Order: sequence, then structure tokens, then C-alpha cells
Amino acid sequence: MSVMASISVQLFQAVLLVLIAPLAAGFVSTCKARLQNRRGAGVLQPWRDLRKLFAKEVVMAEHASWIFRFAPYIVFTATMMAASVVPALMVDTPLSLTADVIALVALLALARFFLALAGMDIGTAFGGMGASREMTFSALAEPAMLMSIFVLSLGAHSTNLTTMINHTLNTPVMMQPSIAFALAAMVMIAMAENGRIPIDNPNTHLELTMIHEAMLLEYSGRHLALMEWASQIKLILFATLLVDLFVPWGIAAHADPGGVVLACVFWLFKLAVLFVLLALAETGMAKLRLFEVPEYLSAAFVLAFLGLITHYMLEVAV
Amino acid sequence: MKHPANTWFAEKLGDHGIYTRYLEDHHPAHMPCLEIRILDWEQVAKTARQLSMRLVAVWAAEGGRHEQDAGMYVYMSFAHPEHRHVLLRTLLGNKREIPSISRHYIAASRMERHMQDMFGIDVVGTPDKRRWLKHEHWPEDTHPLLREFAADTEMAQTEGEYAFIKSGSDGVYEIPVGPVHAGIIEPGHFRFLAVGEQILNMEQRFGYVHKGIEKAMQGRTAMDAVRLAARVSGDCTVGHAWAFAQACEYAAGTSVPGRASYLRGVLCERERMANHIGDIGAICNDAAFSFMLMQMHRLREDMARLHAELFGNRLLMDTVVPGGISIDVDEQGCLKLITQTRELAAEVEHLRAIYADNPTIQQRVIGSGVVSIDDARDIGLLGFTGRASGDYPDERIEEAYPPYDDLDVSVPEGKLGDVATRVWVRFEEIADSARMIIRLLENLPEGAVRVGWKAPEPGISGFSAIESWRGEIACWLRFGEAGTIDRYFVRDPSVINWLGLELAVREVPVPDFPLNNKSFNCSYSGNDV
Repeated sequence: MSVMASISVQLFQAVLLVLIAPLAAGFVSTCKARLQNRRGAGVLQPWRDLRKLFAKEVVMAEHASWIFRFAPYIVFTATMMAASVVPALMVDTPLSLTADVIALVALLALARFFLALAGMDIGTAFGGMGASREMTFSALAEPAMLMSIFVLSLGAHSTNLTTMINHTLNTPVMMQPSIAFALAAMVMIAMAENGRIPIDNPNTHLELTMIHEAMLLEYSGRHLALMEWASQIKLILFATLLVDLFVPWGIAAHADPGGVVLACVFWLFKLAVLFVLLALAETGMAKLRLFEVPEYLSAAFVLAFLGLITHYMLEVAV
Repeated sequence: MKHPANTWFAEKLGDHGIYTRYLEDHHPAHMPCLEIRILDWEQVAKTARQLSMRLVAVWAAEGGRHEQDAGMYVYMSFAHPEHRHVLLRTLLGNKREIPSISRHYIAASRMERHMQDMFGIDVVGTPDKRRWLKHEHWPEDTHPLLREFAADTEMAQTEGEYAFIKSGSDGVYEIPVGPVHAGIIEPGHFRFLAVGEQILNMEQRFGYVHKGIEKAMQGRTAMDAVRLAARVSGDCTVGHAWAFAQACEYAAGTSVPGRASYLRGVLCERERMANHIGDIGAICNDAAFSFMLMQMHRLREDMARLHAELFGNRLLMDTVVPGGISIDVDEQGCLKLITQTRELAAEVEHLRAIYADNPTIQQRVIGSGVVSIDDARDIGLLGFTGRASGDYPDERIEEAYPPYDDLDVSVPEGKLGDVATRVWVRFEEIADSARMIIRLLENLPEGAVRVGWKAPEPGISGFSAIESWRGEIACWLRFGEAGTIDRYFVRDPSVINWLGLELAVREVPVPDFPLNNKSFNCSYSGNDV
């Protein structure tokens, strides 16, 4: 019985995550618009864009191979699977018990791999440029991300998200310097991974400055819709991951309806706070110069590493 | 006439043993046109260079009414900060050859290529023989600006490819950008040679918005033609219309009423403010600091709306006409302009503080895209880009045409020549323009805003140099029969400033190009004419 319940919570959570991802993107851009004294296009705009794109014809580049055609589906599926691994509403959902953080990072890497391949596949200068930038930066971002998650894993003695959340829930709340370092690193990585300012600008029309968008330039119709949607899911995935790792309180421990609803409210509230902070940060900052991005990512790595050291120095009981 | 005849350069050339003949049918006398022999052509350019004059333009025209033989004439013009402009012309021989002056003035190269394309003049010794505005799909032997070429000729299509500069190395990555861009901007092609993310060389290719304005001008009356001149580059419409009108007025010896020239000053300075405001926002947006873009857009929109209300056009098109301006403002309108200008200037200062205090945007603009003073002088960078590099040509001070003879223009003196300095110069100019607009409107003379326009005799030519927001617009025109324009030549400041951009981006990473491009914001349309 409880297995059935937790499977249905898992399903509900996955569908919810995928469906509200465009709304989250719309929420961020509306917040940004308000901060710039604009009215903005509204929270629903990404949804309308997706609907429009799905209805549009797909135009394929002449030299496109199967990679270009299949990449949107692979990217979307991999991102969606990664999103369902992350517990949003309940601690021990079936999928999060099977997949750990390393699998999560690997799923995201798979999506990125195909995105970069598709960028290079059509042979335009921009696609290749975007792919090269994306891969350069991810080579720095991925170790930093793993490192900052490992800081938490050290306490929980596991890389499994469920175990890690349980550990955080069951330890008394107190200031742990290692967690602070890990949080700072993780926030920096999340900005970079999602192509937000100061690393990339999701709203730019300048081909030469693009990273993520440069790889999508040749996409149209439903392919573009899937790619856009995948990156919206990725944003909400990272926000959920931050919530899970650092402020999981409020998440349901069991699959009872009341708890899940309450967890849902908590989760949405925490996401909203995170996105408002994101909008604030993006409004107040310009993009980094490209050659400073590796420094930024190295800084994130160093922070995570410091977190690791502080954990051993201050927190491990002898 | 306020200015005495300018004989300085003729005397200097005389010292070098070069004979010049003063042309009586050219006006104004303080920017004279001298006829020289073709064999002195290059020597004159060399002498001008030694006298630290800057190149204004090189262009060609077939003989007009006063010339006995319908030969081909080539003109060049130089300017000296103290001794102003001088025009030189020479008659080509039957072979239609002229020595290149690109060795002395690099900016001449594109204008010489333009003559080569449009008139079939053979420029001997030019470092660059490639076509310029006439793209390869036009037949080699068509020369559209010749009189014998009818404007409605159906052009045959040919094949051909433009030889971009190549790198022999495998490590160099070639990035073609445009003419179709992902954003809504004018069409132009940029070819980058990059190693990793570092730009080695950037080459421009224009001509995608070639409208044939020079050809279309022929046979129009001045009143009709000024509308076309106002459309050479839409963001610079007052500047171009003023340059055209002033050249007409010089040719005809018309003097414009005080109220008209004051209002022209107001319009031109408003245009300067609006464009600088819009561009500063766009520069910040290129570094993803979109807060500035939105605020600056709002201010620019306010200006456009008031312009529409008072002058019937958001961009101020068709306000300047030969003989004055086409529309007067009443006292209430003046008051509105003064109030808005004052408020805008205050708001811009407020935004400037935000821009200056934000370390992330400062980090992007400081030190990016440097044009040194030597490079700026070599090219002859105009307007705010020149001022940012430490070269300060400003016609509002040098020629001080009305109304600037009643004003003290303060030129911001930058020297670093990077994006930050170009933005700084623009902020300074906004404040200075606002001050001048208020000054002009508060002291606006009473009277008519227009005098009757009477075209000069056929064969009379006029030259003007107007400091538009981008820099000096040089305009030369000659009248034909029945008050029509026989030949119109205009040199938008972009023709020269585009070269500055090529130099500026040699040391910057690829993603910094848009930032630099916007900081120059040269006109594609003005370049392609």
C-alpha cells in the first residue's frame, strides 16, 4: 500500500516539476521586469512560447545529421529523469533511493554532451563556439558541484540524496561552517550551470556572447521547445537541489496526503524565495568577461574544498 | 561674411612649389576649393599629412556646367583644427587614373574603392584593390554613378566572391557574423579570425544597405532632395539634413534667420542626447546589465514622444530644410522642451551614479577595446570616439557655425580610448547638450524660422561640415539646371569610425565585440549610402 502511495507521490512530483518549470522561468523574468520598473510579459509567457513553438514547423539545417534531430529528445529526457531523482515533496521516493547524486550529475552531463554535439553537428561557427565554451566551463563546474555535494555526504556517509536529507533533518540545527562553504559554492555553480548572469545571459540576442543559446540557434519548432523546456526544468531542478541539501525542513517523510500537501506549500515557498533572490542578483550584476569565468568556477571549487577541510578540522568528533 | 577667405593651405602648398587655382564657383570661401594638377595629387596629400591635417573625404564627380569638357574630377578634402577645411580637386586624364593617397591617409582607402566601384576610376597604387560597396554580383564594368548609367537599368547578375583576409594557420578559427543577425540591427558582415576566444583580426564587409542615394539625388530640387538627405541614416536625420541644407545655403549665399539656426541647434543637440542615452543603455545591455537599458529606453522614449508632439516626427525627420526649418515652436513648446531637457539631464546623472558605482559593469567596460591616440589620429576618428582617444575634432568649435558661435561648447577630453571612456564622453556630452539646449531656448531670437529658398546658378557647388552626434558629416553638392542637384556627396562619420572599431577589437576576446561595437555604434546605412 505504502509502496503504491510513494510511487504515486513520485509520479505526481515528477509531473509537477516538469509542468511548473516554465512558470518558474516566467516568475524569474517577471521579478526581473518589476525590478527594472517594467510590467513584464507575465508569469505565463514561457508557457505561451512553448505552446507556440510546439505548433510551429521544424526547419532542419541542410547538413544536420541524426544527432541534431535526436538531441532535443535525449536532452529533454535526461533532464526530466534527473529532475525526478531529486526529492521535492517526499524524502524517500522510489527513484531517489535508486539513483544518487553522482547519477544525477551524470544525467545532466549526458544532456550537456548531446547538446554540445548537436551544436557542433550543423557546422555553423556559433554552434561550435557555444559548444566549446560550454564544455570548457563544465569541465570546471562539474567537479566543483560534486565537491560541494561531497561536503554534505561526509556527514551523512552517503551520496544518496534521501540519506543526505534524512541526515540533515535528524541533526540538530546549528551553524556548521562547512555547510556554509558548500552552500556558497553550490549557489555559484547553480548560476553557472543554468547559464544565468554573470556567466551567460539567457535573454541575449548577441550571437558572439552566447554560451547556451549559441548551441540552440539552429533549432526551431518542437525541437527548440524541448530544448527550452529542458533548460527551464534544469533551473527548477537546481533550485530544488539547493533546497534539499541545505534547507530540507518541511519535506514530507511519509506518503500521507496532508504531509505531501504541506510539503508542496513549503517547497513552492522556498523556490519562490530562491527565485526572487536570483532575480535580484541578476538585476544588480553585469556579465563577467569570458576569461574571468574559469576564475569564477575555480573560486567555487576552492570554496567547496574549504568546506571539505573545515568539515575535518572542526566538525568530525575525535 | 563672418569668416575670411581661407588661403592658409594654398600658401603652404605654394611653399612646396605646388600651383593651386582658387575656384570661384565654390562656396563658402572659408572652406575653399583649390584646383591642382594631377601630378601633384599625392604630394598634396603628403604635405597635408605633414601639416597634421586630417582627411575629411575623397570623392569623384563628373564635370558640371562650368567645366568645359565633361571630364572626370576627383576631390579630396582635409581639415586643420585651426585652419579648417580645404577642398582640392583635379581633372583626370583620358585614362581615368589617379594616384592613391592611402599611403598617407589609411581612411582614404575605402573611399578610393568606392570611386573605383562607382565611377570606374583606376586608383593607382592602392593597397586594396577589392570592391567595396559594389558587391560581386554586380557586373565588373557597370559604374552606377556615371551619368551615362540610367538609374532604372536592369542589372545583370554575375558570380563572384569577396576575398576576405585569410590566415594560413590551422589554429585560427574563422567566425562569419551577419549580415543577418539574431537581433534587430542593421545588416553588416563581420569576419573574425580568432585563436581560441581571442580576436586576431576583424574585417568588415558592408554595402548591404546600399540605397543609391547619391544617384537618386540627381535631378531633384533642393527642397525635394533634403527629404532624401534626411534619410541617409535615420538616427542622425537632423545632422544629415542640416549638412545638406547648409551646403545648399553656402552655395546659394543664403543666410538663415537667427531663430532658425538656434532651433537647428536645439534639434541637433536633442538628437545627440537621445542617441547617447539610447546607446549607453544598449552598451550596458550588451554586458547583460539590462536595468540601464530599460531606464535609458524610457528616457529616450519620452524624448521621442515630445518630438512627435512638437515637430510631428519622433526622430525629428524633415524639420531642417534649406533656408531654415520647416516648423516653429511656440512659447509653450519651448517651455516643454526646457522642462523635459532639464528633467532628463537630472535623471541621466542619477543613472550615471548607478552605472559608475556598479563594479560588475565597470569591470567590463574599463580597458576593453582601446584605440590609442596615435591610431585615432592616423585614422582621423571623428566625434565622441575621437574625443575618447584624445583627438578632439569638433566642428562646433572649429567652424563655429551658427548657433554655436553664440555658445561655448565644452568638449570632453578623454585619453584612454576604451569603452569606459567612450561611455564617459557620451555622459559628458549629454550634460553639455542639455545645458546648450536650455541656453538656446532661453535666448531664442524672435522672427521668422525660414527665408525663401532660391537655388543658385547651375554649376555652383557648396560644402558643409556639421557636427552630428556621431561626429562630423561632410557634404558636398553641386547644382545643375533649374535648381536641381547635379551631384551630391556625403561622408557620414561612420565611414571613418568603422576603421576605429576594426582596430579597437584586435586585442579583445570574441564575446566583448558587441560591447565595443555598441560603444562606437557606427551607422551601416550612413556608410552604405
